[in-house]
Amino acid sequence: MKIQEADAKRLLLAQGLPVPPWEVARSPAEARAAASRLLHDTGKVVIKAQVLVGGRGKAGGVKLAGSDDEAEHVADAILGMQIKGIPVRKVLVAAAADIVKEYYLAAVLDRGVRRILLMGSAEGGVEIETVAATNPDAIVRIHADPLIGLRDWQARELAFRLGLGKHLKATVGIARGLVATMLANDADLVEINPLAVVRGGGAPGSPGGEEQLVCLDAKITLDDSGLFRHPELESMRDPDEEDPADAEARRHDISFIHLDGTIGCMVNGAGLAMTTMDLVKRAGGEPANFLDIGGGAKADRVAAAMRLILDDPKVQAILVNIFGGITRGDEVAHGLIEARRQQRRDVPMVVRIVGTNAEEAARLLEEAHFATATSLDEAARKAVAAAGSHAP
Amino acid sequence: MSILIGRDTRLLVHGITGREGEFHSRAMQEYGTNIVAGMTPGKGGQMALDGTVPVFNTVSEAVRETGADTSCIFVPAGGAPDSILEAVAAGIETIFCITEGIPALDMVPVVATVEAAGARLIGPNCPGATSPGRAKVGIIPASVHRDGRVGVVSRSGTLTYEAVQAMTDAGIGQSTCVGIGGDPIIGSTFLDILRLFEADPETEAIVLIGEIGGAAEEEAAAWAAEHLRAVPKVAFIAGRTAPEGKRMGHAGAIISGGSGTAASKVEALEAAGFRVAGSPTELPQLLRDAGFRG
Repeated sequence: MKIQEADAKRLLLAQGLPVPPWEVARSPAEARAAASRLLHDTGKVVIKAQVLVGGRGKAGGVKLAGSDDEAEHVADAILGMQIKGIPVRKVLVAAAADIVKEYYLAAVLDRGVRRILLMGSAEGGVEIETVAATNPDAIVRIHADPLIGLRDWQARELAFRLGLGKHLKATVGIARGLVATMLANDADLVEINPLAVVRGGGAPGSPGGEEQLVCLDAKITLDDSGLFRHPELESMRDPDEEDPADAEARRHDISFIHLDGTIGCMVNGAGLAMTTMDLVKRAGGEPANFLDIGGGAKADRVAAAMRLILDDPKVQAILVNIFGGITRGDEVAHGLIEARRQQRRDVPMVVRIVGTNAEEAARLLEEAHFATATSLDEAARKAVAAAGSHAP
Repeated sequence: MSILIGRDTRLLVHGITGREGEFHSRAMQEYGTNIVAGMTPGKGGQMALDGTVPVFNTVSEAVRETGADTSCIFVPAGGAPDSILEAVAAGIETIFCITEGIPALDMVPVVATVEAAGARLIGPNCPGATSPGRAKVGIIPASVHRDGRVGVVSRSGTLTYEAVQAMTDAGIGQSTCVGIGGDPIIGSTFLDILRLFEADPETEAIVLIGEIGGAAEEEAAAWAAEHLRAVPKVAFIAGRTAPEGKRMGHAGAIISGGSGTAASKVEALEAAGFRVAGSPTELPQLLRDAGFRG
């Protein structure tokens, strides 16, 4: 789960990291009020679009303002924007820092070596992927020990290699804080870009003129599997940027991703669901969604999945592919029969159920006059053909 | 022969008295797997599976009393990492963790502990393994298998059943099928399992079933190019149509920054001498094309 910058900054603050003050505004008037409170620090504020997609700076979603009038005007422009198709509904207003130098620092789960990786670069403000492509030697990588965590000597090494020796204590604190933020919230990624050396005014209570290290931006991605033990983080899910279908799917424990095609897919198991999509494409069709009903799905979950698929008006045919293991074929068949009874829209459906209790499922489906298939390739072909003939 | 599990496996099931644990333990026992013990804290002294399997409170007690050497874990995500550590501490050599939804960071110290102890972890979020005709540990339906000489390793569950069923239908049997799990952090990788297949005299061909995300397929391909040069090798990669940046069900199945794509994996596998199928149903023919005569 991605969370907004303002929420990410709250999580960093909670671990004691230096984050300059900010406010979130949902209207130009709110932005003006926030600016008037924050302008004292440096005489300038930065106004940033709060969207979960990258590249908002390039899209014009980050601007400076030198007065409350200007802040209101800039916020008005940004709040009217769409960034990569996402309407901007709120902005973050912060005192604009007097930046001496920018760095990049992130803690990320390195799946290859199965450890937490701290990644830093003296080329701050640039996307790390770009640095990795153009100047890979500029990236400093330190792996935390899987059992005893990140040690101070490792963080010191990181600081010196990044050229932050002058800010040794602060860098060590921030490096440790990033790992702590990751562990405290079950995050996959905690990224500060830029981490900046600023002159005075950048943080609360800072003496004017003195250089210090602060987190000017924050990006955190939470591990969905960890959310069950962090109920407080659930409130950071942004309903403005979540498709209602996604919320509905989550409520039923269904893994669902909306795509652009016309063949709705209902499958058990993620790998098989991806394969089913691939075979639809191979048969000349386009999948309308990725949908995994999960293991052991009962009739009600099957019915919910069917509603999700049919809510997409582009869907012209439905392919159900179930390989029973934990999931029992007859349960799925009952769910399909029930779902079709409630169905408001007539869309052709091709059903393939094999594995656990497949014979019982076949009998039920035959009695209910469902179109069935035995092999996966055949099912994909039939669904694509049905969509073709059903298309308006 | 087979890898990981066989006739001599002495299995302990964690969570044997739970709904899933009991259902699948029964299926494993019917298949002929030697389940010597169950474990559910607080239910020690009871008998499970119609009085055939003693239940213990702790793994160490189960190991001491029954000589269990292999674990199969059906414990909810909150407790599963602890179950793995308990199995390691009790000296269990091979641990299968079926549990889905374990927070990835929990697995960091767990896999390090497993490794340090010299034990082997399969999973989590995996369907387990079957050595057809000998033993089955986990949840793969018995009906898909046939005894034979192809080693199968996969990141998926139901996709594995699909692929193995296609092989069985074509008369191609398996030495062992292993589902390594779809999570970002897992105990045994494709490479670890390929090494075991390489050392198994009865495995004469390899089927690798991967999916988008990470670089484990690429890593395995590079190793296979060198060490499995003469072995017929085929593969299937799921997720050719997956959009970038979206997590496709499995926590590990995500394309990020253009890496982890199906195309990159297919390319690496083909360069390493794998024949890559466009559908799981093509795997049997590709095995024959690659020279497998089993």
